[in-house]
Amino acid sequence: MLLPKFDFHAPATTEEACQMLTELGKNAKLIAGGTDLMVNMKHRLISPEHLISISGIDELTKLDSSDSVIKIGACFTVADLAESEEIGKKLSALRTGARALGSPLVRNLATIGGNIGTARPAADIPPSLMVYGAKAVLKSSTGERTVSLDKFFRGPGLTEIQANEILTEIQAETPPPYAGAGYINLGIRKAQDCNLVNVASFVALDGPDGIIKDARIVMGCVGPIHLRAPSAEKLLIGEKPSEAIFAKAGAAASGDCTPIDDFRGSAAYKKAMVEVLTRRTLGLAYDEAKYRG
Amino acid sequence: MKKLLCLNINDKEYEVAVEPNQTLVDLIRYELGLTGTKKGCEMGDCGSCTVIMDGKPVNSCLVLAMQADGKKITTIEGVETDDGLHPIQKSFVEKGAIQCGFCSPGMILSGSALLERNPKPDEDDIRKAISGNLCRCTGYQKIVEAIKSVNE
Repeated sequence: MLLPKFDFHAPATTEEACQMLTELGKNAKLIAGGTDLMVNMKHRLISPEHLISISGIDELTKLDSSDSVIKIGACFTVADLAESEEIGKKLSALRTGARALGSPLVRNLATIGGNIGTARPAADIPPSLMVYGAKAVLKSSTGERTVSLDKFFRGPGLTEIQANEILTEIQAETPPPYAGAGYINLGIRKAQDCNLVNVASFVALDGPDGIIKDARIVMGCVGPIHLRAPSAEKLLIGEKPSEAIFAKAGAAASGDCTPIDDFRGSAAYKKAMVEVLTRRTLGLAYDEAKYRG
Repeated sequence: MKKLLCLNINDKEYEVAVEPNQTLVDLIRYELGLTGTKKGCEMGDCGSCTVIMDGKPVNSCLVLAMQADGKKITTIEGVETDDGLHPIQKSFVEKGAIQCGFCSPGMILSGSALLERNPKPDEDDIRKAISGNLCRCTGYQKIVEAIKSVNE
């Protein structure tokens, strides 16, 4: 299967890449792992005249967890996320999401920035990052800005990234003591599958036996973008964690989502699964939170 | 316009001129004649084009040849040693893990990458490691046994 014709560029630095993007504008696309872009180009869904490869830019492939803010370069691979002990310790649900993505062959190429930048509503990486309150750093020749992932997605395949900007880094605060998160994805198969429903939940407790002081729930595949579950989050805050309250939150979350019927499943089934996955991910989040002193 | 790239395939240095839209699998098969690497779906689903790039198995249908500039690649042709077949290849033969053979190069490369990291994998480790490689003869059981028995 032939790829459409294009010219290829491999800038050595982010600055050089920004410069190229400014000059080539809308005729150019960035390529990192390429696992999504290459498939779309083979299907002729997009035919950019220029591809700018950023996977060889060293500073974009780094993980820096020395500070309370964990900084992950946009070209850090999903395989490296899946294996990172640091990520497992500080952002465990992100590692679970990375392990669920594609296959080992795809994970060795795919990048964290790519899984966010392509803005697929079924993607594995965004829900966990969103419950951790992560932010995306967008750079251009004229400056740099930071956008919360809550405000980053605009629709399927659409994001806040402007034509002259590069997503260079993901930043997430290390969760406070007695906070935890969980992620579960449901599909027909265990690997190489598009999710039917995926949910990440985060809870922060007021001490080891304390009440829930903060809760965040993000649902995938049940709307044009990944959705927060505001009514479920609201009913958790101030409550003592229990199976009963998690079940209530699950029911509320299924009312917070807007799935459609498609060949993967009916809207009613997806809503029912949001309820189950919300309850279960809250359980995982609580199990982690209790012991993370 | 063609661009020049240098890469190392199976410990041999190559300098080749490629079209920017050429994939790594096409470079390997059509320009360099290493046809052990197969083309199946060309969409990153089947794993028959698996090669090892800088120590990691990847779908070579999803990699641009230009992205492999300066990389070290191992294809199925590079697995054999001076003493003949590599232990994992021998194991595939002995366990009957090859039926039509189309998935075998990818299975062997995914399997050998796993054994490099984890010399004594359990069944779950193996099934996860080959989860990107499809066998349409559905001979998975023998493939899992072959990988498991290499270092037993």
